[in-house]
Amino acid sequence: MSFTGRRDASPRQIWTLGDACVSVHLGNQIDPAINERCIALADAVERLAVPGVRDVVPTYNAVTVHFDPLVTDNAQLAQALERLAASDLPSAVSATRTVEVPVEYGGASGPDLGAVAEFAECSEQDVVRLHAGRSYRVYMLGFLPGFAYMGSVDPQIAMPRLDTPRLRVAAGSVGIAAAQTGIYPCDTPGGWRIIGRTSTKVFDATRPEPFLLRAGDVVTFVPV
Amino acid sequence: MAGLSILRPGMFTTVQDLGRWGFQSRGVPVSGALDWFSHRLANGLLRNDPRLATLEVTLMGPQIQFDSARAFAVTGAVFDLTLDDVPVDMNMTIEAPPGAVLKFGSRRYGARAYIAVDGGADVPQVLGSRSTHALTGMGGHEGRSLRAGDTIQLGVSGRQGAKGTTAARPLPLTPSHARLRMIAADQRLAAQLTEQQFRVSTRSDRMGYRLEGAAIDAAPSEMVSVAIPTGAIQVPPTGQPILLMNDHATTGGYAIAGTVITADLPLAGQLAPGDSIAFEACSIETALAELRQREAALGAG
Repeated sequence: MSFTGRRDASPRQIWTLGDACVSVHLGNQIDPAINERCIALADAVERLAVPGVRDVVPTYNAVTVHFDPLVTDNAQLAQALERLAASDLPSAVSATRTVEVPVEYGGASGPDLGAVAEFAECSEQDVVRLHAGRSYRVYMLGFLPGFAYMGSVDPQIAMPRLDTPRLRVAAGSVGIAAAQTGIYPCDTPGGWRIIGRTSTKVFDATRPEPFLLRAGDVVTFVPV
Repeated sequence: MAGLSILRPGMFTTVQDLGRWGFQSRGVPVSGALDWFSHRLANGLLRNDPRLATLEVTLMGPQIQFDSARAFAVTGAVFDLTLDDVPVDMNMTIEAPPGAVLKFGSRRYGARAYIAVDGGADVPQVLGSRSTHALTGMGGHEGRSLRAGDTIQLGVSGRQGAKGTTAARPLPLTPSHARLRMIAADQRLAAQLTEQQFRVSTRSDRMGYRLEGAAIDAAPSEMVSVAIPTGAIQVPPTGQPILLMNDHATTGGYAIAGTVITADLPLAGQLAPGDSIAFEACSIETALAELRQREAALGAG
C-alpha cells in the first residue's frame, strides 16, 4: 500500500451546501494527484460509516457528503472531513483497474469524427489513432448513471463541445469535450463530439454490478 | 392481485418514494417525492412505512380505478376530488370499495399531490428505490410517467382490518408563492437572490426550476464540476438562476448561490410555473429547528 502523502500546503476549503450536504475542496484545478487524494479521502469517509451519511461523492478536486441532518451533526462531519483531509490517506492505487472498451469509430456510430479531424487538421484515422492511443483516468462519475469523466484527451483532438447540444445521443456513444472523453449510458440529449460507439454498457441496472466504471479506473479504447 | 388501473394519467403522474440514495458517486440522481412532507403524510395516514411508494401527481390529476377494496389518502397540492362522483376530502384516510373510481378535478393551488394507497405502489425496486427518473427511464412503472391502461400493483395491506377515517394537518401552503429559506454558499450571489422575487419559468420540471427575474451579476467562473445537492441554486453565466430539484444530475459546474433548507424543499416542490419565490438566508440552526418542526407535525399526524 502506498500513501499519497501529506499535503498541508494545498488549499483546502470546507463548503457548506445547505443543511444536508458538506463538501471539502482539495484544490482548484484538474490534476491526477489531487483527484487521487479525493478518491482516497472519499474511501476514508466511507470507512468511517458515519450514521446518517447517504452518499459520499468524489469529483475532480472535491469530496461531497450528503447526509440526513436529523441524524448527522453538520459541524462534527465537517471537522472529521478536515481532519481526514489533513492526514495521510492510504492510496487507492493498489486497487486501480484497467478496463478495455471496444469502439466502432466513425460512420453512423461517430457522426462528429469528420468535424474533429477537421478541427485537428488531420485524417479521421489519425483522430482514431490519437484517441485510442493512450489510456484515460476516470476522474469522476456524474451527469447520468455510470457516466465517467475521463482524461486527458490529446490536445490536438481536444475539440470543445457543440454550441447547441443534440436532442438525442445514442446509448454507447463515445464523445470528446475539450480534454475530456466519455461514454453515454443511455439515449439522451448531449453536447459532446461523438466519434464512435461501444457495445459495452457503462450502466445496466439488471447486472449484478450495474456500473462498469468507478473513479480511479484506467480506461483504454480499442478500435473494432 | 390488488391493483390500480389508470383510466386517465393526468399531466405527469409518477411513482415516487424517498429517493434512490447511495449511488451518487456513480452518477445516479436521487429522485424521490419533490414534496417529501406530503409524501410521508400520505403514507402516515395509511400507517404505511414512510419509504413505501406513492403516486406523485403534477398540475393535472389522474382518474384511477381501485381493482379491489383499499384505503387511500391524497395530500399535497389542493385539488377537488371525487370517489365514484361523490366529493371526498384530501388529507384523510378513505376506504375505496372494489371498482371505485378516484377522479381529480380542478386544482386550487400547489403543484403536486400525493396518492398513498394501503400497502404502497409495488413497482420493482431499482438500486433500492421505486422512484421514477424519467430522463434515464429508471425505476417507477417502466421508467416513465403513467399512461391510460397501466396497472399498478399494490403491496400487502398493512392495516389488518383497521377501519375509519383519520385526518391530518397538511403542509401549510401560500397559493402561487413560496418563501424559501436557504443557507448561503456564495455571500455575494446569495445577497442578490434575496433582493428580488423570482418567477418559476415554464421551462421547469423535476430536474430543476428555471427562475425568471432581473439577471444576477454572476462573474464568469471557471468552476470544475462538483457534486451538488437538491435545493442548490445555481447561477449560470446568463444570470438566470436554476433551483435544482430531485431529478437533477449529481454534478454541476455552475456557481452556487445557496441551498434551500430541507424543511422548505416541500414548499419548493409545490411551486408551479408562474408562481413566485422570495428567497431568505438563514442559519444552519434555524434550518434544523424548522426541520424538527416539520418532523413533529408528521409525528402528530
